[in-house]
Order: sequence, then C-alpha cells, then structure tokens
Amino acid sequence: MGFVYALIAAGLSLIFGLMEIVNFAHGEFLMVALYVAFFAWALARLDPLVSLPLTAAILAVLGWATYHGIIRWVLDGPMLAQIFATFGLAVLLRSAAQFAFGIDFRTVSQPLLAGRLSMGPVFIGVPQLAASVTALLAFVALYLFLSRSETGLALQATAQDRQAAALMGIDTERMFALGWGVGSACVGVAGGLLAMFFYIFPDVGAPFALLAYVTVALGGFGNVPATLLAGVLVGLVEALGGLMVTPALKYALVFLMYLAVVLWRPRGLFGRF
Amino acid sequence: MKRAVLLALFLGVLAFPAVFTLPFPRHVMIMIFLYGALGTAWNIIAGYCGQISLGQAVFFGIGAYTSTLLFKETGLTPWAGMAAGVLLAVIVSRLVGYPVFRLRGHYFAIATIAVGEIVQALVVNWDAIGGARGLFVPIIRPDSFVNFQFHQSKASYYYVALGLLLLALAVTRRITLARRGYYFRAIREDEDAAASLGVDVAREKLYALGISAALTAMGGTFWAQYLLYIDPESVFPLSLSILICLVAVLGGVGTLWGPLLGAAVLVPLQEGTRVLLGGTGKALDLLIYGALIILISVFQPSGLMGLFTRARQAGSAR
Repeated sequence: MGFVYALIAAGLSLIFGLMEIVNFAHGEFLMVALYVAFFAWALARLDPLVSLPLTAAILAVLGWATYHGIIRWVLDGPMLAQIFATFGLAVLLRSAAQFAFGIDFRTVSQPLLAGRLSMGPVFIGVPQLAASVTALLAFVALYLFLSRSETGLALQATAQDRQAAALMGIDTERMFALGWGVGSACVGVAGGLLAMFFYIFPDVGAPFALLAYVTVALGGFGNVPATLLAGVLVGLVEALGGLMVTPALKYALVFLMYLAVVLWRPRGLFGRF
Repeated sequence: MKRAVLLALFLGVLAFPAVFTLPFPRHVMIMIFLYGALGTAWNIIAGYCGQISLGQAVFFGIGAYTSTLLFKETGLTPWAGMAAGVLLAVIVSRLVGYPVFRLRGHYFAIATIAVGEIVQALVVNWDAIGGARGLFVPIIRPDSFVNFQFHQSKASYYYVALGLLLLALAVTRRITLARRGYYFRAIREDEDAAASLGVDVAREKLYALGISAALTAMGGTFWAQYLLYIDPESVFPLSLSILICLVAVLGGVGTLWGPLLGAAVLVPLQEGTRVLLGGTGKALDLLIYGALIILISVFQPSGLMGLFTRARQAGSAR
C-alpha cells in the first residue's frame, strides 16, 4: 500500500511544488479514477490493469481542465481562496458522483489477478502485489520524466523560480497545466490499481487524500523522490500499527507520526530549509 | 445612521421568534447564530492572527462531550458543564498549540487536520464515553433553564444562540480594538517582523487559539443541548472544521461582521437546498453548495464583505 500512497501523494507534491497550491480535491480525483476503472470494467469488460492508460489519460484531462477552469483564476489570490476553490471542487465532484452513481459500494469482481501468495508466514494478495509493483514502476517513470526529459526539467525550473523560468523562454502557463495533468495522471494510475481490490463509492477518496497530505508534508512539500520514502513509511506505520496496536487506531498512529516528525523537522523529513 | 440600522436589525432579530412561530425558520436562525459564532471564533485565530486552523471541531467536540458527560454522570447543570468544557478546550488548545505553532503555512494547516483526526479516532474507540455510538443527553421534563433543555419551543434556544453569537462578536471587537489586536494582525502580516519588534509571537498565538477554542467549545455545548444527541461523526469531523472556516471565508476573513454575514448566506442556502432537494439521496444540495464555493473563491476571494468595502469606496470616490 505504501507505494500506492506514494503515487497518490506524488501527484499532490508535484502540483504543490509547482505553484504552492494544495489540491484538496485530490481524494476526489482518486474517486473519479476508481469510477473510470470500474465503468471500463462494467461496460467494456476491461480489467483495471488493462484500462490503466485510459484511466490515467482521463485523469490527466481532468487535471488539465481543473487548472484552466479554476486554478488559473485563484493563482494570485490569497491562500484561503486557493484552499477553498479546490475544497469546493472536492464537494462538487463527490456529490456529482453520488448524484450520478448513487451511494452503493461497487467492486470489480473477477479481476484478472486474484488469489494470494504465501511467503512463509506472510500472505500477500496478488492484486496488492501487482499494484505495489506497478505503482513503483509508475513512480520511477515519473522520476525519470522529471529528472531526465527536457519537459521535466522545464517543470522543475518553473517550480524553482517562476519568473526566471519564464525569462528562459519556458511557457510557465503551459507548465502549470502540464503539472496538473501529470499530477492527476499519477492519481489515475493509483486509482486504476486500487480498483482491483478496493471498494468504490463516492466518499472513497477522503481517507486517501488525508493520508496523501500527511505523506507529502512528511516528505517535504514539492520534493517528489522524498514522497516515495514517506509513502512507504506511512504504509508501514499503518500496517504495523494495525497489527500491533489495534486496527481501529491505525490512522491515528499515522497522523501521530506526522506530528512527531514535523515537530522534529518543521518542513518534513527532506524539506528545503 | 449606521448605528440606527444596526439597532433596527437587532430589534428585528429579537422580535423574530414572536413573528415566526414555526420551528423551521427558527431552526434556520439558530443555525445562523451558531455558525456565525463558530466562524467568528475561527476568525480570531485565522482571520486576525493568520493561523489557518482546520481543527476547530476538536474544541467543538470537547465542549459537547464535556457538558454531556458531566450531566449524564453527575447531573451537573450543562451551564457548569459548558464552563468545564471551555476550561478543558483551553487546556487542550495550549497542549496542542504549544508544539503545533512552530509550524507555518500548509504544514500548520495539515498538522491541525492531523490533530483533529487523531482526536476523532480516539473518541470513536473510547467506549467509556460512548465510542462510535455516541451519547444521548438524558431528557428531563419539564423544560428548565437549569437543565438547558427546552422541549416546548425553540424560542429559548434561539435566544441562547443569539447570546452566544453576541458574546463572540463582543470578544472579537474588544480584541481588535485593544493592543492585542494589533499584535495579532502584525503576526498575520509577517511573523518574523512582529517578533523583531518585540511581540511575543508564541504567547500571542496561544492566546488567540485559547479564545477561539473557548468560544467554539461553548458552541459545542449548545449543540449537544439543542440536538440532545452527540456522536464523534457529528461533533468531531473534518467537514465541520471546514464548514466553520467556510462561513468566515465566504463572509470575509479578518472582518468583524464577515463570519456572521457568511453564515447568514450559507446556512439558509444549505438548509434550504437540503429541505427542497436533500430527500432524494442524490446530494443535489451538496452539488450546488460545491459549485458555489468554487465561484466565490474564484470571483470574490475577499468574501462578501469585500463587496461592501468596494461599494463604499466607490461611493466616497464619487
């Protein structure tokens, strides 16, 4: 789960690093991705793993549209306006899903991968394993895109200094839109992977979004590689905490860990000082 | 002139229950007062002092649970329970604020969310105080002021909520006119500059959060006595914390009347769409609500009070 968390959080981190906006609709983007994967399966019999590129593409479009429709207009506004613009979007998406699909829980039954592997005393579900491997691959791809490709470097330059990047001939406006597209595509992949073994309902995004905020802040806002580590940490604390203390309190433990870490390092584990 | 308008408005509000005897309009007004008071309380810490707290529900829940538990277990009047809740909320605000105020910006906002989630998870799993099932306030007849229960009509609740709102407004006004209010605004504008000019930033922030927590806890006690049932989902959720901010943001952050104005717009909208459209289970009310929030953030980021200020400036420029 840690890798999936990391992937969700990476999208958030990318967007934040680029323009210092926290996307409070991130969980709802995940929800949309889950529904896309579900309907691809229900209508076209495409396994979530097969429809993964489609899910990512649709989410990228959603992110791109969000930037042009909403974010562009509040970019220079106060921080509160930015928070509430994305929060409003979250409410809108969630209730739109409820309006269109109802509140029933849905699952993709008979996925391509099922069953579980046993490694000694440890059991791992095959879909979960596939999800974490794919999430890790997607994460590596994201990292390579950011650090190797010219567009990725332009994105990073824009994140570092908007004006300097503009002076170097980078179309920052396009970079922002691209950042939203790529960041949302990460959520799309994560959603497609989760769809293999998770329930799908309108409120599904909320806990994931909360964990994503914690993960991003834990790694340090805007630092994508650190997000991976933080995501794994969150996944571990959740799993081990659920095992050793009590499952009911596992999220409380994650949040407690966040508080402990930021008190020790107020800008996250690897934050820029 | 302004004084006369305010006075007329106030008299109108006082006479409201006499004119509107049906429960629903009274309920809407009570909710406006309650959210107006909660938004005003949030405004002290966030609007004036600039610390965006997304964990106000913690204090609300503490107020609700403290008075209800004391009433249930010892029969203590909820009024005293309210005082106890306020005390506890202030203590918690100190415990939480002391470490969390070291963080800034988004790190602070997310830390307050984390605190809220931790507290909610703890209460849900704390069976001795009802756990996830929540608590019923023991119903005692007949109505009495001492028991803070009024089953015959909502009029008494109406005046209590109004009193709560007026208290919150009065406290805010007092602070903003005092030296402390200038400290708060200095911290909001530039924490480091304020510190370099001799403002004890840590102490002032704790003070602002303490006042905010106290007022919010009073709202929590009121809520418990009004609904006579509380559970972690209704008094501790993140959505409540967000709603509290929202009324203030809608009305205008950092203004005295903003949160009340925001509540006066948002609450009827919410209650109205809920009554007209909510029964379908289709969440159409929330759909409109979400769209509205986006529109406000995009077109009117300074809140509705910004409209007034602009109109006044346009008027004086003429």
